[in-house]
Amino acid sequence: MKAADQKRLLREMIFFRRFEERCFEAYMEHKIGGFLHLYSGQEAVATGVLETVRRGEDYVITGYRDHVHAIKSGAPAREVMAELYGKETGSSRGRGGSMHIFDPTVHFMGGYALVGQPFPLAAGLALACKYRGTDHIAVCFLGDGANNQGTFHETMNMAALWHLPVLFVCENNQYAIGTRIDRSTAVTDQYKRVCSYNMASSQHDGQDLDAVLAAAGKAVEHVRSGKGPYFIEFLTYRQRGHSMSDKTAAYRSKEEEAEWAKRDPIKLYGAKLIKAGVLTDADLKAIEHDVLNEIENDVVKFAEDSPAPKVEDLNKYVLDDRPDPRWIGPLQNS
Amino acid sequence: MAELAYWEAIRRAHDEELANDPMVLAMGEDIGVVGGTYKATSGLYQKYGDKRIIDTPISENSFTGIGIGASMAGLRPIIEIMSINFALLALDTLVNAAAKIRYMSGGRVSCPIVMRTPGGTAHQLAAQHSARLARVFMSTSGLRVVTPRGAMEACGMLKSAVRCNDPVIFIEHERMYNLREQVPDTEYFRPLEGAEIVRKGTDITLIGYNWSFLLCMKAADMLERDGISAEVVDLRSLKPLDRETIRRSVEKTHRVLVAEEDEAAVGVGSEIISVIIEDCFFALDSQPVRIHAADVPVPYAANLEHAAIPDEHDVYQGALKALGRI
Repeated sequence: MKAADQKRLLREMIFFRRFEERCFEAYMEHKIGGFLHLYSGQEAVATGVLETVRRGEDYVITGYRDHVHAIKSGAPAREVMAELYGKETGSSRGRGGSMHIFDPTVHFMGGYALVGQPFPLAAGLALACKYRGTDHIAVCFLGDGANNQGTFHETMNMAALWHLPVLFVCENNQYAIGTRIDRSTAVTDQYKRVCSYNMASSQHDGQDLDAVLAAAGKAVEHVRSGKGPYFIEFLTYRQRGHSMSDKTAAYRSKEEEAEWAKRDPIKLYGAKLIKAGVLTDADLKAIEHDVLNEIENDVVKFAEDSPAPKVEDLNKYVLDDRPDPRWIGPLQNS
Repeated sequence: MAELAYWEAIRRAHDEELANDPMVLAMGEDIGVVGGTYKATSGLYQKYGDKRIIDTPISENSFTGIGIGASMAGLRPIIEIMSINFALLALDTLVNAAAKIRYMSGGRVSCPIVMRTPGGTAHQLAAQHSARLARVFMSTSGLRVVTPRGAMEACGMLKSAVRCNDPVIFIEHERMYNLREQVPDTEYFRPLEGAEIVRKGTDITLIGYNWSFLLCMKAADMLERDGISAEVVDLRSLKPLDRETIRRSVEKTHRVLVAEEDEAAVGVGSEIISVIIEDCFFALDSQPVRIHAADVPVPYAANLEHAAIPDEHDVYQGALKALGRI
């Protein structure tokens, strides 16, 4: 990979981390409401996988921890932040919030708050890609907890049966909210669970961006070339709680958190680039400074300055606002 | 004009829409090779192939979700769920996803699916195959719910439902599939919205939908023999509801009965009567009457099943009550 791309990817991950941490601050200031699920610690997975797909052609869908997936898919960060602020300029015009970021212009088809619900939606997006005869694919990001839903098994069966071009990315961050994986799941290696559907699968380090890029590249190629679905598992760790309300001390130790902090994906990749001579300490400082500036003076400012939705528009978007009267009516009673 | 059974009308709508738009496909359990439990897709697998007529595994929630996902990317799936009881398994994708995606994406993503399913009691199918449940979908923002009363409506409304950009819950009835009706030979559409005054009258308004509409029509004949002129309104669309047509009829007749095959609590009848009280309370000359099922899981034994489910005699008696004749 070219040095410029390596630097860009590092900057993206630093940007994603700062975006999420800035959301934390805005939440504490009551600028952001509802539930907020932060992605800090898992950046290498979304960054690496989505680097290997075709932006605006392939479909991407995920759960409620969705900000970074949306931005990496091409949704403007300022619109994502405006959505979190509940503004009309937000990516869902303030109707969705943190858990429901959408940007169909880049084929980011949403974040969903029902655990496991995106599995069949992703398979449906893949069905559409195949139906139209394109080589586009669908990519579904979900956590390990989602694999205990019925939709997991139902969808894996149909995706394999129908050779759908879908890549299931399992971000195994070890916890389903506060329940550690070995307390909820009989088989903790998630990639093994799709074997009964004859689906190709593998498990990789999710903290090392280069490992993610290499593994995802192969998996995407497998799916795109018509070999059927692929289930790829990345071992990772969220540095914050499940959302803003849980106390991690109740379910995991400081020692465990410290161990994973050593494998922070941004630190690992930054150190690697410095060691390789691609980057200097001064470059890193400059990137961090630049990101802080962009988030504060572009992303947050845009969200702060944007108008709230109009209350008179409350009922917009429930149904098609401009339906064709040939199909809808009204019926004429004599 | 040709006389078609209800199931043939559904089949014709599929055939015409599949031929009209390559993005239309159908999916469900046993709809392809077998042709559908109620024959509603018979012969279409042979005509359109397995790409467009998809036999699914018994996974209601996820095959419905696959249809919804495909619709988000521009396809127009007609999803058959074999019984409305099984649609409960798909409520997550229908209610939490299809109904809400347009809204929670700020109008940027739509889900143009049709979910067809028979709801209603048939003949001794017992508690787990006799649900009606229209009220569940009727209470969900973001869905359209339609209940075609016969072959004419079934064909025309299904074609409209396929072309509409909203998720449509299309509720058929197991006892109606073999009812026959004259249907135009040439292509036609029936609108998804609007209640219809199917029989004009002056003394009382009888309101029903799919099977309960047919009970109202039979009761109107019985009332006519007593010299009573009943107006019969087919709701057609449970969501959105045509409040205006209901109001106009009640303001004309001043008495009203609502018939439903489902249990009463939090049901179609409760909703319609609430609407009447809100919109035209002072037009009423007597209290509204609800005809509905007994508050029990549907029994197997024929006599118990009969006792649990309303028929035209119950509607007739209810109308006499509203008219102060009993």
